[in-house]
Amino acid sequence: MKLLEYQAKEVLASLGIAIPPGRVARTPEEAAAAFAELGPIAIKAQVPVGGRGKAGGIKLASSADEARTAAHQIIGMDIKGFKVPLVYCETALDIAREIYLGFTVDRDARANILMLSAKGGMEIEQVAEESPESISRLYPNPWRGPLDFELSQLVFEAGLGELARPLVAVIKKLYRAIPELDAVTAEINPLVITKKGDVVAGDAKLETDENSAWRHKDLEERYGSVLEGDPYEVEAKKRGLTYVSLDGDIGIIGNGAGLCMSTLDLVQRAGGRAANFCDIGGGAKAEVVENALAVILMNPRVKGVLINVFGGITRGDEVAKGIVTARDSLQMKLPLVVRLSGTREEEGRAILRQHEIEPGASAWEAAQKIVQLTRVEGSFVPTPAAR
Amino acid sequence: MSILLNSSTRVIVQGITGREGTFHAEQMLEMGTKVVGGTSPGKGGTTHLGVPVFNTVAEAVGATGANASGIFVPPPFAPDAIMEAAANGIELIVCITEGIPIQDMIRVKDFLRGYPKARLLGPNCPGLITPGAAKIGIIPQRITSPGHVGLVSRSGTLTYEVGSALTAAGMGQSTIVGIGGDPVLGLTFRDVVEMFERDPQTTHLVVIGEIGGSDEERAAELLGKGTRLKTVAFISGRTAPEGKRMGHAGAIISGNRGTAKSKEEAFKAAGVAVAETTDDIVGLLR
Repeated sequence: MKLLEYQAKEVLASLGIAIPPGRVARTPEEAAAAFAELGPIAIKAQVPVGGRGKAGGIKLASSADEARTAAHQIIGMDIKGFKVPLVYCETALDIAREIYLGFTVDRDARANILMLSAKGGMEIEQVAEESPESISRLYPNPWRGPLDFELSQLVFEAGLGELARPLVAVIKKLYRAIPELDAVTAEINPLVITKKGDVVAGDAKLETDENSAWRHKDLEERYGSVLEGDPYEVEAKKRGLTYVSLDGDIGIIGNGAGLCMSTLDLVQRAGGRAANFCDIGGGAKAEVVENALAVILMNPRVKGVLINVFGGITRGDEVAKGIVTARDSLQMKLPLVVRLSGTREEEGRAILRQHEIEPGASAWEAAQKIVQLTRVEGSFVPTPAAR
Repeated sequence: MSILLNSSTRVIVQGITGREGTFHAEQMLEMGTKVVGGTSPGKGGTTHLGVPVFNTVAEAVGATGANASGIFVPPPFAPDAIMEAAANGIELIVCITEGIPIQDMIRVKDFLRGYPKARLLGPNCPGLITPGAAKIGIIPQRITSPGHVGLVSRSGTLTYEVGSALTAAGMGQSTIVGIGGDPVLGLTFRDVVEMFERDPQTTHLVVIGEIGGSDEERAAELLGKGTRLKTVAFISGRTAPEGKRMGHAGAIISGNRGTAKSKEEAFKAAGVAVAETTDDIVGLLR
C-alpha cells in the first residue's frame, strides 16, 4: 500500500521522527482554519504519485483567504489519474540544508538498501545517474538491522560527519518501518536541517508490502479507504481478484500473471487496446471467472472480452462450463472469445461452441478475433433499427 | 542427463498432508518421482499417499536420506520451512508458495548464505520437471516430453504454454525450470542458464522473462560471452504501463531498467533470437 504524504508523516512521527506542524483539510473552510492555527502554510495535494508540484498541486498561502482559494482549487483536481481527496496544510520550514535519506528493496541484491546523500531535495534518480558517488549506500543485516558504527561510517562517507549524531538517530528510527511495518520503500526527501539545527522530515514516501497485509490490518483500516481509487480496481479487490485497470476497450482475463501480460501484448499487436489486466490464478474456477467477468463488465468502455486460459492440470471442459455459466448468469451480450488449452480441451471447445462462444485455436488467433469483433460491433455494421 | 533433478533425487514434500501438498505430491509420485516422505508437524509416524510422514525435516532426512524438498505450506510458515530444509542439509529447495512477504524472503536469503550447498528455487514458482524422470512442483507432466531443450521461465502458465508448443513440435526438454515471479528469489536466470550450459544433454535453450528487475539482462550478458546452446528469448509485458504492478508478477518498471525493451535489446546484443510472440518460439529454435 502506498501511503499519502500526511499518512506517511503520521507514521514517521509515531517512530519518533520530527515532522513540521500540519493539518489535513477536506474542505476550503478547513484549510482556512488550518491557516488560523498555523500561520503561513503550504497547501499540498495528497495523491500517491510524484510530480504533484508541477501539476499545480502545491500552493502557498499567506492569508486565510488564500488558503481557502488554494484548497478550493486543489481538492478534486485530477493528478495523473488520481482525484485529490484532501489537502495537507503544513507550515514552511526554515531550511539550512536538505539531505536525502531512503530505504528500498534492491531487487538485484535481494536485500534492503539504505541510501544517504548530502544532495537532498532533488530527484534522487537524477543524482544517482549524474553523480552516483554522491550517494552512500549500506545493505543492513536484515535480522538485526544496521549497527550504530555502520551508520556512523555511512554518515561520514556521505560528507555529513558534523551531523553524525542526529542523523544516526533518525536513520535508526526510519529503519523501524522495515521490520515493524513491512515497508518496501521508506524515504525522506528532503530531510531538512533547519537554521536552528533541528532535523525534520520535509516530505515522506512510504510503501508497504501487499503480501504482508495480513499482519498489518490496522494500517489498512486506518489508511486504506481515504483514496478514491479506480472503481473497478476497488471492486476487484473486494472480490479478491488481481486486477489492474488500463485505458483500452477489450476486457482481458487470463490465468497466471505472465500469460495474462503476454495476452495484453497480443491484443495490442492485433491492433486493439486492453481495458484491464486480470489474473484469475492457476485453477480458473467457475466462481472466480464469474467474479472477473462481473468486474470487467462494470466498465462501460468495454466492447468485448478475451479469456485466455491454459489449464495445466485444470480440466478444459470444467473451465468451459464455468465460463458459460458466468456469461449466462451475468446476461453478457458483448462479444466473447475464449482461448482454452489443457486437459480435455477438445471437449471444452465443443461446450463453448454449443453455447455460441468463439473458441480461438491459439492465443494469437483469439487476440485477432476479439479485436476484429469489437471493431465491427463498435462502428461499422449498422443495426437493423438504424437502417 | 538433466539439471538439478533426476530419477534418483530423493524428495520430501513439506506440507504433504495439506490440500495442495496432497494433490501435487500425488502427481509427483504418479510420474515416478522418488518421493520418499513428507512433513506435517504433529502427524509424524503416519503414512500418507503410501509414504511416511514426519514431524520435522530433521526426522525426515534422518530416516530417508532426502536431498530435495518441495514446499507447499501457506505464506506465514513458508519462510521457516525453507530455512528448516536448508539447515537440515537439503540441497534443492523448491518453494511453490505464493504471497510470502518480501522482508521475510530477504531474511531467508541472508540465512541461506550460511548454507552454500542449499539451492532455493522460488518462491511463487511452478517448480521444475525433468520429463520422463521426476518433478517437484506443479508443472503438468502432460505438456512435457524428454529431449534436449532447456526451458527456464519466470511465469507459470506461460511456461506450460511454451512447453506444450515444444512438445507438440516434437522438441523434447531436458529440464523445465520455473524460477518464480517474486522480486526476491532463489535461483536466477543466470544461475539456471549456467547449469544448462554445463549439461551435455541440453543443446537448445528457451528463456521466458518478463518486465521488472534485471535478471534477464544478466543472463543475456552471460550468453553474450559465448554459448553452445541455440537460444531463443521471449519477454512478456511489452505493453504494461509504467508503474502498474501486474499482480503477483512483482513486475514494477523503474526508470529504463526492467522494461521489455531493455531486456529484448540485451538479448539481441548477445546474439540471442527474440520471439515476438510465444507462437514464434518453436520456429526460431529449429
